[in-house]
Formats: sequence, C-alpha cells, structure tokens
Amino acid sequence: MTRKRRRLWIVLACGLGLGSATALALAAFRDNLVFFLAPSDLASKAPMPGRSFRLGGLVEQGSVRKSTDDGHPAAKFRITDGGASVDVTFVGILPDLFREGQGVVTLGTLQTDGTFRASEVLAKHDETYMPKDVADALKKSGHWNPASGPPPPAATWNTMSPKS
Amino acid sequence: MIPELGHFALALAVAIAGAQAVLPLWGARARDARLMATAPALAIGQMLALLAAYGCLIWSAVVDDFSVANVAENSNSLKPLIYKITGTWGNHEGSILLWCLILALCGGAVALFGRTLPSSLRARVIGVLGFTSAGFLLFALTTSNPLDRVWPPPIDGRDMNPLLQDPGLAVHPPVLYAGYVGFAIPFAFAVAALLEGRVDAAWGRWVRPWTLAAWSLLTGGIALGSWWAYYELGWGGYWFWDPVENASLLPWLSGTALLHSAIVVEKREALKIWTILLAIGTFSLSLCGTFMVRSGILNSVHTFANDPARGVFILGLLALVIGGSLLLFALRAPVMSATGIFAPISREGALVLNNILLCSICAVVLTGTTYPLFAELLFGAKLSVGPPYFQATVFPLAVPLFLAMSLGPVLPWKRAELWPALLKLWWAALIAAVVGTAAYLGLRASFAAVGFAASAWLIFGSLAELVERTRLFRAPFATFRSRVAAQPLSVWGSAVAHAGMGVTVAGIAGMSLAVSTIVAVHPGETVQLGGYDWTLLALRDDQGPNYTARVADIRVTRNGDDVVTFHPSRRMFTVQKSSVTDTAIQTNGLRDLYAVLGEERDDAAVLRLHVNPLAPWIWFGALVMAAGGVLSLADRRLRVGAPARRAAGVKAGIAS
Repeated sequence: MTRKRRRLWIVLACGLGLGSATALALAAFRDNLVFFLAPSDLASKAPMPGRSFRLGGLVEQGSVRKSTDDGHPAAKFRITDGGASVDVTFVGILPDLFREGQGVVTLGTLQTDGTFRASEVLAKHDETYMPKDVADALKKSGHWNPASGPPPPAATWNTMSPKS
Repeated sequence: MIPELGHFALALAVAIAGAQAVLPLWGARARDARLMATAPALAIGQMLALLAAYGCLIWSAVVDDFSVANVAENSNSLKPLIYKITGTWGNHEGSILLWCLILALCGGAVALFGRTLPSSLRARVIGVLGFTSAGFLLFALTTSNPLDRVWPPPIDGRDMNPLLQDPGLAVHPPVLYAGYVGFAIPFAFAVAALLEGRVDAAWGRWVRPWTLAAWSLLTGGIALGSWWAYYELGWGGYWFWDPVENASLLPWLSGTALLHSAIVVEKREALKIWTILLAIGTFSLSLCGTFMVRSGILNSVHTFANDPARGVFILGLLALVIGGSLLLFALRAPVMSATGIFAPISREGALVLNNILLCSICAVVLTGTTYPLFAELLFGAKLSVGPPYFQATVFPLAVPLFLAMSLGPVLPWKRAELWPALLKLWWAALIAAVVGTAAYLGLRASFAAVGFAASAWLIFGSLAELVERTRLFRAPFATFRSRVAAQPLSVWGSAVAHAGMGVTVAGIAGMSLAVSTIVAVHPGETVQLGGYDWTLLALRDDQGPNYTARVADIRVTRNGDDVVTFHPSRRMFTVQKSSVTDTAIQTNGLRDLYAVLGEERDDAAVLRLHVNPLAPWIWFGALVMAAGGVLSLADRRLRVGAPARRAAGVKAGIAS
C-alpha cells in the first residue's frame, strides 16, 4: 500500500461520506422545510394543501372556545396579525403560557375550508417576551413599533388600519 | 460589600487572564524560561480570583441581597436554599460567569497536573487558555456582570422561572458547561502544537485524557438535559431537535470523532493534521453552542436574553477565536507531516471511517440547525427545520457507524483482513440478526427492528471483543484470569462505552413504539391505553413552599392488578404567576408510565397519558457511555502525569 493509494482511499471514503450526507440532506430539505407564515401572508402565498407550515400571530381577544371532542379536549381560536386572521382548530393540551392577546406559534396544515388544523401550539415565552417571528410579522403589518413600548392589546388589532 | 469584593475579584481575573495571554506566549517565543514559568502561577491566580467572584455571587443569592440586580431578578426570599445556590447559573449573567470559572478551572488543571509537559508547550497551552479566558471575562465584566447593583433595591426578588426550580436542572448546566469548556484544553493543545510546529505521539497522549474527560462530562450533561426535558417539560419526548439541543449534540459528535482520531495520533502518528483541525472544530462548535443561543441569533426555548450589544460582542469574540485558530491552522498545518502508513482495512481505517461518518452526521445536523438563519439572511424566508429532517438524515448515517463500531475494535492495527475479524463477531452478528427479525415479525415496525438489531450488535459486539481479548472459553481459566488482568483499562472503557451506545439505541428504538393519548376525564372515569387501565380517582389542592398545586390521583391497573397510583400535578408559582406541570412517572426499567395533568374544564381534567417502552435505557445508556469514558480515563497509561520519558519509550517501542 503506497502513500498515494492510501490517500486515494481516504479521499474516496470522504467523498462517499460527504456525498451521501449531502444527498440525504437535500432530499430531506425538499420534504421537511417548514415555512413560517403570518395570517396576512396566507392570501398571497398559501402553501400546498397537506403541507405543514407554521402559523404565528396573536391570539385574538375573546376568540378562544374550548370543547371536548369525543373525550379529547379541543380548542378553537383565531390568530391575527392585524391585517388578517385565521381560524385555528387544535386537539390537545394548550401550553401553560397560552393566553388571549399574546403571541403564539402553531404548526399544522391548512384545511380546504380555510381553517388551520394545528398539531402543535407553542407559546413558550413569558409575558414580556414575544416570539421573534410574531414580533416581525406585527412590525411588518405596521401595528407595532417596539420602540414605543409593549404591543397594543390584540382586541384592537383588527380595527386598526395598517399603516403601510 | 461582598458583591463589591466579587466585582473586584472579577476585574482582577480579567487582568490576570490578560497577563496569562501575553507573558507565557511571549516567553515561549523568546525562549525566556522566566516568562514561561509565570504560566502556572497566573492560571492558578485567575482560577482563585474567579472562585472568589463566584463565591460572592452565591453568597449574595443565599443571603437574599436584592440590591444585586441579578439576585433581584432571579431569586426570591421564599425560594428553597438549594435553588438559591443553583439559581446563580440559571440566568444569562450567572451562566457566563460559571462558563468563565470552568475555563479558569481548566487552566488551573493544566497548571497543576501538567508539570511533566515540556515547558514551552505548557506555557503555550496556558497562554492560549488565558487568551480565551480574557476575551470572555471581558464580555462578562462589560456586558453581563452578575454582580451589578441596583438602586433602590426591591423588597423582594422576582423569583426564578419555575421550570428551572428542579434538581435535574440544578446540576445539568455545570456538567454540560464543564463538557463544553473542557474541549478548550484539546483546543489549546492544538493551537500550541501549531505554534510549536510539532505533533508527535506524546502530544496525542497528553491530549487524549483531557478530551476523554470533556467528552464524558458532555455525554452526562446532554443526558441530564434530555432527561430533564422528558420529565419536567411534560411533552413526553426526550429529544426535540431544538437548536439548543443540537448545539450540544454538535460538539459531542465532533468530540467523539476527536477522541478516536487522537488514538491514531497516539498509537500510529497518523491523522495529525486532521486531529488538530478536529480539536479546533470541536471547541468552535462548543463556543457556538453556548453563545449563538445566548446571543439570540438562533431562536429557542432556552434563550435567556436578547440584547444586540451582547450579540455583537459575542460574535466578534467567536470570529476572533475561531477565525484566528483556523488562520493559524492554514498557515502552520503544512509544516506537520504524517508518518504512519496503514491499509484501508485496519484499525486505523475503521477509525477513519468512524471520523468520516461522525463528521457527516455533524455536518447534516449543523446544516439543519443553521439553515433557517441563512435562509432568513439570504432569501428573507422565514422557515424552520423540524425533527423529520433530522430523522431522515441522521439515522441512515448512524447505521453504518454502528456497523463499524463493533468491527473496528477487533481489527488489528496497520493491516487487516475483514473475514477473520467478522468470524470473531459471528455470534454477535447472529444475535443481532435474530433480535432484528424477531422484532420485525413481532412489532411490524422497521425502525424499531433496525434499532434493536443495531443495539444487540453493539452490546454483544463489545462483549465479543472482550471475550476475544481474554480468550474466555478457549483457554484454561488461569490464562483467562491473567489476560483479564492484563487488559488495559482503556480496553474495558471503550467496550463499556460502545455497549452504552447500544443501550441508548435500544431505548431510542423502544421509544419509537411509545403510545400516547390526550383525554378529558371526570373523576371516576377510566381510560385504556397501552394495555393499562388508567382511572382518575380524584382532583385536589395541595400547598408547597412557594407554590400552590392542583393534584390528580390516578390509579393504573393491568388486567385488574394494581400497578401504581400516582399524582401528576400543576404548580402555580405565586411570585412569577406562572404554572408548571409536574409529570408523574412510574418506571419498572422496561417501560415508563407517564401522566401529565393539563387544564380543567366542566369538572373534567385534561390528562395526557403515555406508555414509553424502554425510555429509561436512553439515559442509562448515556450514563454507561460516560462511565466508559471515566474508566478509560483511569487507565494508568493515559494518566496526565505520566512522565514524558515513558511516553518517549512507548513511542520508540512502536517504531521498532
């Protein structure tokens, strides 16, 4: 075994390892990228039905309805970013920090009737902190300038006209 | 007064670290023995100063000194004493100080245990550690000083996040940080070697124990974190592929690769440049893991605070440390040449394969973790990469890694034949095949079947290696006994660690069969899940030291026989006005019964129930792996204090 042959072997093995890693990563990326959308984005760039994505915004004040569906706890609520709002259905335990008027991120798919069926609801942030994605969406829709203090109560969001 | 003393000690530590970064390195360059000799004293001085600073922080928290901003924000007079102490590292400022303290302890350890190192190498290692220390201490002192005062002091503190008031999380950060920071020592050795322009077997021998220690601690730290997430978050899972979890997995993967490539440097003087690159890469990943998350660049549950000033400082520091060491590597690495030659089928070859596969896994995890960041920066797209991506990429790469893990240790060095090695493992392969087939036929779940087969292959493969080495069953008992005694501890250590991986893999395979349900039940009602009957007996109120609790009494029976009555609860913490679920878990070692109490509606309690087969094996396996590392570490041949002369002798022995 000469040094040249050994080097060739190692290069081949590295190439094989890196190549398969790249191939696996690309294939997995094609199917598993999860996009984040705010309610106002849904009209313009709604993803394919059945493809899961994350929907985030504020839980609209007074929109949460809890029920029991066949022995399983269910909840309906609306997510708003000021420009638009979306009905969300969820079967499961809502997180401890889930509150009306506060930021929430949900993971799920859009149904044919325009509602969003969430498989996960994330609200793992404290009262003063807002999920970054949600904060960006609110700033984009012109409803909140973080420099001027905490966000206005969500009840007022749909009645305010977007500034831009 | 005490916080001021701590503040002063912190400032003193910065000054000492600055001197430690300059004097020894300069001395090593100028071949000035007096300057080089300052290294150990400075390292120990910095360690003592930081111990004093951290002691002052703990003191302030214990005596409820709410004039210290950090204590006021994260503590409360009602908080139990143990959490007052552990709470000091449960927040951004305190955790940075702990990080610096551990780095200083590493420097002190090199100073104390590295007496036999050549003086220029020791001076350079301590100098590099001092340089890193100085940067991060400056960061702590200027942007995140935990000993800052606040005026006027509040009457009581704001209390700690109740999720963190837990014994598991009390010990998790120090262990994890010790693992992260421990890789600073191999990093410092790598940079010192680049400065010296020389790497030999002795270098590999010095680096390996430090790597082993850091690796064992990191393994333990990750396992503790995963265990905490399992029982405290109450989501029923053990690994969520969250950026913070990935951030701890990345240095673990590259650290594991480093551990193995350092063996090749030590035994065969090959893969030197690669090992240096891995040492730099592992510490870089540790740094990114600790600070990317802290800087708020990666969005995560664990993010403490988002402050742009901190982010920029940290990024600059990371760029300096990582970029600087990589630049040095690019300039100096060509000086070092490989000497050992080996065939592709050999122990070295297997270790190279291990490195390729581990680094591939590391690369796909890194890609998945950082892709959202780049996607947002480059295309303005907001997206995330979920668990399916990681499962689809990591598991296919892990299977060949597991195959090689049992094969590698039975291959001889330099040149080997595959067939005789496979013959040594025939019964392990047979057991793995039987287990895999039986699991597939019994469960009809291919993922679990592959997992169980891999687990059996790893566990029995390690056993087969030991049987082979000790000639069990093939030689008289006396020979067996003498061979057992003759095996170095590192052989036992690696076999134990590989078997531990097998145990963890079995746990992961078992958890893929977990069943769960979410139900709303009234007291007296019964739910069936996983062959068990779960009856909600009653709901009641309870009172803790700084919380009130709502408790559910649940009786679990199987075919009418009592299994357990347990009590999941929700705790409402009075000061922070937040509630935390307290999961009830009953384990018999083979499966966990897991119950979480959710909200209540219309007199019914929302319960989440899980039956998790083999769940405890995941963390037990990790513990076994860490124990294997410690066992290896206890090997006399690897003892840090082993005289350089003996190392040289062994080197000569290999060469002859």
